[in-house]
Amino acid sequence: MQRRRFLIYGVAGIGAIAATLGIGWWQVDGPGADAQVGKRPLPLSEMSFRLTDHEGKPVGPQTLLGRASLIFFGFTYCPEVCPTTLSDISVWLDWLGEEATDLNVVLITVDPERDTVEALAEYVGYFHPAIRGWTGTTLQVDQATRDFRVRYEKMPMEGGGYTMNHTSGVFLFDADGRHVSIIDYHEPREFALPKIRRAMDEETKGAT
Amino acid sequence: MRISAGATLALALLTAAPPAFAGGEDVVVEDAWSRASIGTSRPGAAYMTLRNTGDEPVVVTGLSTDLAMMPMIHATATDEQGVSRMTHMEELEIPAGEVVALAPGGLHLMLMDLQRPMVEGESFSLTVDFSDGESISVEVPIRGMAARGPAD
Repeated sequence: MQRRRFLIYGVAGIGAIAATLGIGWWQVDGPGADAQVGKRPLPLSEMSFRLTDHEGKPVGPQTLLGRASLIFFGFTYCPEVCPTTLSDISVWLDWLGEEATDLNVVLITVDPERDTVEALAEYVGYFHPAIRGWTGTTLQVDQATRDFRVRYEKMPMEGGGYTMNHTSGVFLFDADGRHVSIIDYHEPREFALPKIRRAMDEETKGAT
Repeated sequence: MRISAGATLALALLTAAPPAFAGGEDVVVEDAWSRASIGTSRPGAAYMTLRNTGDEPVVVTGLSTDLAMMPMIHATATDEQGVSRMTHMEELEIPAGEVVALAPGGLHLMLMDLQRPMVEGESFSLTVDFSDGESISVEVPIRGMAARGPAD
């Protein structure tokens, strides 16, 4: 009896996942895609955000041009999604070895209130040395999220404080700033490296 | 099996008569680990697998540890627009004979209101309560902040 119930849950779960994927496709790539409000980030050359990196230097979309880029949004008070993404990225960078120096890797905070330059500097120091942290004023971060078409929201937590819900994918751009692909949070990790290499290959093509 | 509580439990199962009903004593906790924290202001996260060796489902109803005032089970869900959210799970059912994995990217223990920093190389004790009133204690090792699993 219990097994049957579990099976029913399993089938319902698979159905729900399939439906979610289906809805995702319909809205993102399928007929439901909104051509006016594209969900994909702008090309870096059309972005206008200005932020500060974890060493206090001014940065913007121009900082990223000339090398392929791996950009993601998060916050340092994030207990699960962000450390998981950062440790995944650290492993990909280790796999790339020397090639990792040909990539920009940036965490842009969605929580500028708590993620000061100092807080970001300490946080990124725990992961691969190629990973940079960018922050700014709330208005500056809002501009960056608009440029990247990223959604985020502040959620109060029971027991006080707040957490941030945010777009968790990793955006890939080629050296010319064209958006190449997204590595989704729940995507099998072995898909990531070919996508990163593709973004870096676009760079080679652009250069020749 | 890495956890001393699990080993104790296995020994207890070997020496005791088979239980007449399913409950916390049928659950084996394996591969518990957690990530180091920066200070105490940010929440911590811990992971483990819960194996129900019994014939009936068991339900986790509570957690306690002196490390954090509010330990809770969270599920990470990502919507069709790629936005990730965490949902608090009041209870967690482990079906008979099944394993529920708390692992990065999915179910996890969120440790809110840390009472001390989580330091790599140390460990903390966590008690898991079940609906039948049983509870088990697990020693959870603290790994580096960039750790991806119970061992590399």
